[in-house]
Amino acid sequence: MTTTTSQAKPGPADNVRPHLAAFNAFEKDGACRFPLWVNELRRAGISHFATLGFPTPRHEDWKYTNVAPITQLPFNPAVNLSPAALMAAKAAPFAFAGLGGSRLVFVNGHFAPELSAISKHLAGVKLGSLAAAMTSDVDLVKQHLGCYASVNNHAFRALNAAFFADGAFIFVPKGVAVEEPVHLLFVAVASEGGTAAHPRNLIIAEAGSQIKVVESYISAGNAPGLTNAVTEIAVGEGANVELCKFQDENLDAFHVATVQSSLARNSRFTAHSISIGAQIARHDINTIMTGEGVECVLNGLYVTRGSQLVDHHMIVDHAQPRCASHEFFHGILGGKSRGVFNGKIFVRPGAQQTDAKQTNRNLLLTDDATVDTKPQLEIFADDVKCTHGATVGRLDEDAVFYLRSRGIGHNAARRMLTQAFASNILARIGVEPVRKQLDEFLQNRLDAEIRAVEG
Amino acid sequence: MALLEIRKLNAGIAGKHILKGINLSINAGEVHAIMGPNGSGKSTLSQVLAGRKTFNVMSGEVLYNGKNLLELEPEERAHEGIFLAFQYPVEIPGVNNTYFLKAAYNEVRKHRGEQELDAMDFLALVREKMKLLHLEQDLLNRPLNEGFSGGEKKRNEIFQMAVLEPKLAILDETDSGLDIDALRDVADGVNKLRRPDNAALVITHYQRLLDYIVPDFVHVLLNGCIVKSGGKELALELEEKGYDWLACQPCL
Repeated sequence: MTTTTSQAKPGPADNVRPHLAAFNAFEKDGACRFPLWVNELRRAGISHFATLGFPTPRHEDWKYTNVAPITQLPFNPAVNLSPAALMAAKAAPFAFAGLGGSRLVFVNGHFAPELSAISKHLAGVKLGSLAAAMTSDVDLVKQHLGCYASVNNHAFRALNAAFFADGAFIFVPKGVAVEEPVHLLFVAVASEGGTAAHPRNLIIAEAGSQIKVVESYISAGNAPGLTNAVTEIAVGEGANVELCKFQDENLDAFHVATVQSSLARNSRFTAHSISIGAQIARHDINTIMTGEGVECVLNGLYVTRGSQLVDHHMIVDHAQPRCASHEFFHGILGGKSRGVFNGKIFVRPGAQQTDAKQTNRNLLLTDDATVDTKPQLEIFADDVKCTHGATVGRLDEDAVFYLRSRGIGHNAARRMLTQAFASNILARIGVEPVRKQLDEFLQNRLDAEIRAVEG
Repeated sequence: MALLEIRKLNAGIAGKHILKGINLSINAGEVHAIMGPNGSGKSTLSQVLAGRKTFNVMSGEVLYNGKNLLELEPEERAHEGIFLAFQYPVEIPGVNNTYFLKAAYNEVRKHRGEQELDAMDFLALVREKMKLLHLEQDLLNRPLNEGFSGGEKKRNEIFQMAVLEPKLAILDETDSGLDIDALRDVADGVNKLRRPDNAALVITHYQRLLDYIVPDFVHVLLNGCIVKSGGKELALELEEKGYDWLACQPCL
């Protein structure tokens, strides 16, 4: 006699049901405006999302970042641009005004031409909305979109694939250098709790081309919403791409984003992640070297207060020999805020003469701030140079005393040293007006923070 | 009235009693040297005078221009004209040397009720002081003391002193780690800044520095108190005989 126990396949977790329902609704009346092949990407996305479910702290990559507050939000994907959101965005102060060059504004992930200014650019350079490019540049977009950012191991990327409507599309043809920085500004307008924007960006820099992109994320209003962004970057042979991401959404907002780059032979990629806003901000910055002689620099600065959490997860995949990667991350943490740094480096078999360096330094302004920092090196080659170092500490009292002994007041000395700590990262930004504005902006932020700490 | 008057000063760190009843009086226009072996309390004295809180004053008093110095914060002492040239100047990456010095200079001016100098005027002042001290221009644009050689750090201390024009300069082993050229430049700088209305307290291990900065008075600090005072010839005597012969002297 045999007994059968019911082994019904477990259904999706309860907390993803609203997302699955929203997807069905989107498919029924919104998604038909996109080409069929895009909707195939969506279906793959939602199906992986249903399988994966939201990560929990039991998941190694989410050990220090509990996304429960995100899953508890109502889920209202911004699949269309509402006139109200556009109005609200119009009134928002724009970061990096007066930058020069082109500025593309996206409201809840949708391109807003009336807020954007695209300057004249060289022949062949394409700059605009990804939604438009999906029909105007089908072959190009199809060849790259979704090819770099995997959806089978990351629930938020899968969710982005399912719900993205628009984002930036940048194409720089072979050998062309775009001189002025391109500014992509993402305004999150959470008019109702749980508005979720899914910006999707694609940057293609062909062989020998050059471009600098500033990606900034701000919010209009104080409602809690989710920005769940994915940026894919294909850097061609010998190309040089610099990406400066600035994230300063409101303190109730949530920000989850992946920047995924693929770097061809002899290319150079520099990414900066300046993260100072949101209740929870999680940045995945992943890069793979697909050819030899690549130079990749990842810089990061997080400045947190209150009960904020900023999490940076990097994967640098040295799949080919003779590539260099350098990661420099500084954190300045006040209040009860938390910082997470997780830097994974793969050195694949045969990736000889890899030079990988990783530094994470943290400055705690209060006793209650915490940092979890973890290097993860997985090395399968023998002729490599891999170093990593992490520090967590307070301001150097010897340095404070030195400044005070010259007449600089207690708080001013602390401010000066904290600012200097931030400047070590900001100084690496190659877009000068952005660096200057960030420097000033942070000076004010740190002023306020130190005054709050010192009372 | 003396510029600085130290009376029966007792101080220490972490429960350790280091200064054991120091008495010292310095008038404007004078240069005093304090000599003593390692561990005698020389650096403790300089740090206590500059306001380092890691050292605690157990008893005694310090009057500066008639004011109770010990109740002032380090920055207030600087505003009042006290300057400590550090034995080990701190490296501060990310803080530009000129930016720092301008901030310090303007704080001192503000305290005196004078108008702050703008960038142009400050640069002119700095250029003049650099000439005085034979300093390289690039020193100005570098991060404060970061990657400076031992000599550069000490020159930078004296340069800061030249700009801030203190009433009382305390030079804590400024000669340590200096080669003879740097020593001469540093001493030369200090001498050029000597004025009838300011004073200097030169703390040193060796007599060598005092060949260049000639003191009016020399004091021997041994085991936390001053056991002998004299004129500049005392330094030569110490050079010849060492400190052992003073070991059993009572405190002055």
